[in-house]
Amino acid sequence: MRPIGSKLSILAAAAFASALLLQGAPARAEDAQVFNITIKDHKFDPAELHVPAGKPIILVVKNADETAEEFESSVLKVEKIIAGGQQGTVRLRPLAAGSYAFVGEFHEDTASGKVIAE
Amino acid sequence: MLATLVIVFREVIEAGLIVGIVLAATKGVARRGFWVSLGIGAGALGACVVALFASQIAALFQGSGQEIFNASVLLAAVIMLAWHNSWMASHGQDMARQMQAVGGAVAAGQRPMTALAIVIGVAVLREGSEIVLFLYGIANSGSESALAMVAGGMLGILGGALLSALMYFGLVAIPMRRLFAVTTWLITLLAAGMASQAVVFLQQAGYFQSFAEPLWDTSAILPEDSIPGRLLRSLIGYSDSPTAAQLAAYLLTIAVIITLMRMVGRRRGAATGSLAKT
Repeated sequence: MRPIGSKLSILAAAAFASALLLQGAPARAEDAQVFNITIKDHKFDPAELHVPAGKPIILVVKNADETAEEFESSVLKVEKIIAGGQQGTVRLRPLAAGSYAFVGEFHEDTASGKVIAE
Repeated sequence: MLATLVIVFREVIEAGLIVGIVLAATKGVARRGFWVSLGIGAGALGACVVALFASQIAALFQGSGQEIFNASVLLAAVIMLAWHNSWMASHGQDMARQMQAVGGAVAAGQRPMTALAIVIGVAVLREGSEIVLFLYGIANSGSESALAMVAGGMLGILGGALLSALMYFGLVAIPMRRLFAVTTWLITLLAAGMASQAVVFLQQAGYFQSFAEPLWDTSAILPEDSIPGRLLRSLIGYSDSPTAAQLAAYLLTIAVIITLMRMVGRRRGAATGSLAKT
C-alpha cells in the first residue's frame, strides 16, 4: 500500500505545481478588444465578424434564443455551451490573418459564421 | 429527430469509448459492474446538476467558469488514470498470472476501481450535461415533437452504446496476457488526450495564450469535428491543429505516467525478489 501513498503525494505535488503554474500564467490580456455576436433564431449576427489580426480578442456571444447553443470552432479551438438567454465569453488567441469558421453545434444547419482576421 | 440522434450519438460515443476501455481494463474484477454503474449513475446525475447550474458556472472566473470547470474535471480524470496505471504496474503481472491459473474466475486483489469509477463519472458528466442542455432546449422550443425527440435520443444512445460495446468486445478478444498491456497503453493515451483537451479549455479561458498558435494543421486530411476525428480525439487525443501547449501537455502526461509505472514496477520487482513468492 505504501507505494500508492507516495505515488499519490507525487501526483498531489504535480497538481500543486500546475496550480502554481496557472497562478503564474501570463497576465490575461486586459486590453483585449471585445466583440459581440448575437445568436437569434439559431443564426449568428453578425455572421461575418471582422477583427484585427495579431491582437488578443474577447468574443462575447449572446444567446437571444431560449434554447442552449454550443459555440464551436475547431480552427479557433473554441467549444462553449451558452444557455438560452445567457451570454458566453470566449478568449481567442491573437489570430494570423485569415478566415476562421465557427458553428452553433446544436443547430449546425443554420448557425454558422466566420471570424475574419485582417 | 435526426438532429437529436446525431448530437446524442456523438456525445454518448465519446463517453462510451472511455467506459469500454475501463471495462476491458478491469476484465475479471469482482463487482466492477457495480463501480462502473456507480460511475455512470453519478455522472448522469452530475450532468443534470451541471446543466441546471450551467449559467452560474459559466459566470465564474470572469465568464470562463465553464472552461475552468471542464479543465479541472479533465485533469482529475488524468490523475485517476495515472493512478490506475501505476497500480497496474505493481500488481498487473501477478494478477494476470493468477487469473490465468484460475481461469479468470476470481478477481485478484482490490483494484483502484474508485479511480476508474471517477473517470467514468467525469466522462458521463461532461458529455451528459451537453445532452441535457441540448434536449432541454429542443423540448422547450417545441421544434420537435416529444416522440421524435425521445426516439432520436434513444436511437442515439443505442448507437453510441453499440459502438462502445464493439470496442469493448474487440479489446477483450485480446488474450489475457496481452490485454492489460494494451489497456494500459490505451489508458496512457486517453490520459494524455484528456490533458491536451484540458489545455485547450485553459487557453480558451485566456491562460497559456503565448503558446496558442497551432503547430500544424491536418484538418484537410482528418478534420477533428468529423465522426472519425471525434472518435480519435476521445481515444488518443487527436487534434487536427495542436498548439505547443497541447503537445507539451500530451507528451508530459505520457512521460509522467511511464516514469511512475517504471518507478513502481521496479520497487515491486525488488520486493518480490527478496520475498518468497506467495
